[in-house]
Amino acid sequence: MSAIAGHGAAVHIERCGKTFPDGTQALAPASLDIVSGETLVLLGPSGCGKTTMLRIIAGLEQPDAGGRVLFDTNDMTPVPIEQRNVGMVFQSYALFPNMSVSDNIGYGLKIRGIDAKARAARIKEMVALTNIGGLEDRRIDQLSGGQRQRVALARAVAIRPRVLLLDEPLTALDASLRDRLRGELNRLLRSLGITTIYVTHDQAEAMELGDRIVVMRKGAIAQIGTPREIYFTPQSRFVAEFVGAANIVEGPVIGRRLMLTGGSLALQEAADIAAAVAMIRPETIRIVGQGDASLTGIIDSVSFIGDRLRLVVTGAAEKPLVVDAPNTIVAGIGDHVGLSVAPEAIRLLPRED
Amino acid sequence: MSHRTFVWICLLPLVVVTIAFFLLPIAQLVVVGATGPRGLSAYLAILTEPRYRATMINTVVLAAATTIATLVIATIAGLFLQRHRFPGRAVLIAMLTFPLAFPGVVVGFLIILLAGRQGLIGAISNAVSGEKIVFAYSIFGLFLGYLYFSIPRVILTIMAAVQKLDVGLEEAARSLGASPWAVQRDVVLPALGPAFVASGAIAFATAMGAFGTAFTLATNIDVLPMLIYTEFTLAANFSISAALSIGLGVIAWAILALARSFSGGAVAAAG
Amino acid sequence: MRDRLIFLGQLGFTLLVAAFLVVPVILSLSAGVTVNYFRGIQSGITLQWVRQVWELYAGEIFLSFVIAIATLVVTLVVGVPAAYALHVRGGKLSRVIEEIITLPLAIPGLAIALALLLTYGGFGSFRRSWLFILAGHVIFTMPFMVRSVMAVFASIDIKTLDEGAASLGASPWRRFRNVIVPNAMPGILAGSLMVVTLSLGEFNLTWMLHTPLTKTLPVGLADAYASMRLEVASAYTLIFFVMIVPLLVAMQMFADEGQKR
Repeated sequence: MSAIAGHGAAVHIERCGKTFPDGTQALAPASLDIVSGETLVLLGPSGCGKTTMLRIIAGLEQPDAGGRVLFDTNDMTPVPIEQRNVGMVFQSYALFPNMSVSDNIGYGLKIRGIDAKARAARIKEMVALTNIGGLEDRRIDQLSGGQRQRVALARAVAIRPRVLLLDEPLTALDASLRDRLRGELNRLLRSLGITTIYVTHDQAEAMELGDRIVVMRKGAIAQIGTPREIYFTPQSRFVAEFVGAANIVEGPVIGRRLMLTGGSLALQEAADIAAAVAMIRPETIRIVGQGDASLTGIIDSVSFIGDRLRLVVTGAAEKPLVVDAPNTIVAGIGDHVGLSVAPEAIRLLPRED
Repeated sequence: MSHRTFVWICLLPLVVVTIAFFLLPIAQLVVVGATGPRGLSAYLAILTEPRYRATMINTVVLAAATTIATLVIATIAGLFLQRHRFPGRAVLIAMLTFPLAFPGVVVGFLIILLAGRQGLIGAISNAVSGEKIVFAYSIFGLFLGYLYFSIPRVILTIMAAVQKLDVGLEEAARSLGASPWAVQRDVVLPALGPAFVASGAIAFATAMGAFGTAFTLATNIDVLPMLIYTEFTLAANFSISAALSIGLGVIAWAILALARSFSGGAVAAAG
Repeated sequence: MRDRLIFLGQLGFTLLVAAFLVVPVILSLSAGVTVNYFRGIQSGITLQWVRQVWELYAGEIFLSFVIAIATLVVTLVVGVPAAYALHVRGGKLSRVIEEIITLPLAIPGLAIALALLLTYGGFGSFRRSWLFILAGHVIFTMPFMVRSVMAVFASIDIKTLDEGAASLGASPWRRFRNVIVPNAMPGILAGSLMVVTLSLGEFNLTWMLHTPLTKTLPVGLADAYASMRLEVASAYTLIFFVMIVPLLVAMQMFADEGQKR
C-alpha cells in the first residue's frame, strides 16, 4: 500500500522543550524516537504538553534552543511547516469553507503544481479510501461531522506526507460515531503503513490505535510503552489511574505479602517496605468464598453493567475497592466476601508524596 | 391581562411613533416627489437630466473609491493588529477606532485643518517647496473626509472577523505546503469575504448619503446630498429634491439589502 | 529577516493610518487653545477661545443635552418594551416591523429630514419647537436601541426565563420589571450610550430641522466653521470632543466586554 501512502519517515525528537514568552513551560525538554511506519499516540490530560509536542513536530512551534526535530536523517528544525511535507488533521478539521470537498482534498496537490488530471486521479483515490464517494462537490457546511473528519483525513493523506499528524481528530464527534470511526481509522492507518503521530486525551483511542503510547503529564513524558505495557505495568500512580480503572491500595509489605486492612495479598517477589503503594485492576479481583480468602470485605454496592457486575467492597483496604465480577455471580449488599488476586496482577508503584 | 395583550401593548408605542414620524413622512415625500411640475418623471430626472446624472455618477464614483480604499487600508491594518501582539498595540487600536461616531461636520473641519488654507499639509509643503498645497475643498478633500469616518468602522468589522477566523485553517493550508502568500490568497481573504461585503456596503451607503462633511467643506463639489440640499433650500424645488432623496434612499437601501443577502449578517449605515 | 521587514512595513502603514486619524484631532485641540494659530503655539496658550465659545454657544450645547436626554428617554420607554415584544412574538410581522424601524440606518438623514419637513412643516408650533428635532433623533436612533436590546435577548434565551417566571405566578408586567429588564441591562446600557452619542453628534437631520431658536451643538459647530475664526471653531470642536470622547471610550469598553463574554 505504499503507493497510497508514500514513504513514512522515522521521526527523532531530540531534547525538544517549549517555554512560552510569558515564562510558562509547556514542555520540558524531551527526546523521542518514532519508528518509520509506526503509529505513536501522545496521551494525556489537557495541558500535559501533547499538543505542543505535536506542533513542534509539525513545525507550527519552534522548540526552545537546543531542541531538534529530524525526519530520518534530515534536520527539520529550521524548516517551516509548508516545506516539511507533513499531513495534518486538526481537531476542528480546518476544512476550507470556500472550497468544495474535492478542492479541499486537492489543495495540497495544487500547491505542489500537480496538473489537473493527476490531481483528479489522486482525489478519486482518496475519496475511495476514506469512503466519501458522492460528496465530492458538496460545500463543507453541507457535511456531517463524521464526513468532515474523513475529508480532513483524505486531504492530509493526499499529499503523500512523510509523517501524518492527528490532533484529537475524533474529539469533536459524538460518542457512538467516535467508536465507529475509531475502528475505521485503525484499519486505515494499518493499511497505509505511514508514520503517524496521534494526539488524544481518550485512553480507549490510544489503546486501540497506538503501536506505542506516550503518556504525558504536566509537560513531561510519564511513560512510553506498548498499550499492554502501559495498561499492565504502569510505572506511576498517574499512569495507572489515567489508563483504565485502577484500585490504588496502600499498606506495608512484609516478606511476600502486602498487608491490608482486611487481610493480606500474596506478591510475586519478597520485599520489605513500610508503606507500599500498589495498583490492582478491578477485573483482576475475584470473588471467592470467605474461608478460602486471605483478604475479606463487605459488599457496599452492586451495579449491573450488562457484561459484568461492578461491586464496591469496603473493609478490605483503607479505601473501598472496585471489583469487576462476572455477571453470573450472586452478590448482595452487606454480604461478607473473600477476595483473591493473582500475584502477577498486583503492581507495586513508587510512592509519590 | 393575557400575555398576548401585554406583548401588543409593548409594541404599540413603537408602531405609533414609527408610523407618525417615519412611514407617513416618507409616504408624503414620495407623493411630493411625484406631484411637482414634472409629475412622475421627476423620479427619472436623476437619470435623464444631464446635471443630475453627472452629480449622481460623481457621487457613486466617489463612494465606490472611498469603499475600495477603505477596505484595502482597513484590511492591511486590521490583519496586522489582530495577528501581532506588541507593546502599544492597544493604544494604536484606540487611535484607529475612536473617531467612530464623529459627525460629518467635525470630520469636514478636521480635513480643513489637515489640507485647508491654514492646514498642516499646506504649511509643510510651503516650508519644503515654497508651494502651498491645498486640496481640502476639492473632491479629493471630500474623499479624505469619507475615508476618515469609514476607516474606524471598517477596521473594527475586519478585526472582529479576523478574530473569529479559525487559526487552524491557516495552519492546515501551511501543512499542505502553501506559502504565506498562498495562505492569504486561498484561505484568509476568502474567509473575510462576508466581512468585506458587509463593511464595504456600509462604507458605500454612508458615503452616498453623507452630508455634513460636504457641507463643511462647502465648495461646489457636486454630490447628491449637496444637490438635494441646494435644490430644497435655495431653489425651493421641493418635488425634485424629494424625488432625488427618494432615489438616494433607494440606492443606499438597495446596496445594504444586497450586501445583507450576501453576507447574511446585519448591515447598517450610520452617520 | 523577511518576516521582520514585512512586520515593520505593516506597522509603518498602520501608524500612518493612525496618524491620519489622530493628527487632525491634535491640530484642532491645539488650535483651540492657541492665541494665534497662524503664528503657531509660540503665540501663547489661552482659554479665551473656549470662553468665547461658551458665551456664544452655551444655549446650543445646553439644547443638545436636553434633546439627547429626551431622545434617550423616548427610545428607552418605546424601544425596550418593543424589543421584548419583537423577540418573544417572532414571526413574519415582527420581522417586517424590525426591518421598517431599521430603515433609517440605510436612508440618508437628509431624506428623512425632508420627509418630516414636508409633512409637519405646516404645524407651526411643533415645527418651531425642539420637539421637531427630537422626532428626527428618535427615528434615527431607535434602531440602535431596539437592536442592541434584542441582541441580548437572543443571547440569553429570555423566553425560557420569562416562562419560568410565569410558571411561578408572576404577571406579565411584573415579569417585565423583575426578569426582562434586569437581564437586558447590558443591551440597554450599550444602546443608551449609542443613542446619546449619536444624538449629541447628529447633524444631517438636525441641520434641516433646526430653526434659529432651536440650534443644537453640531448646528452651532457648522455655524462656527462657516463664520468664526479658526481658533474659535477649534475651541468649539475641543468642547465637543471633551463631551463625546468619554462616551465613545465607554462604548468601546462595552464592546470589548461583550466580546470577552
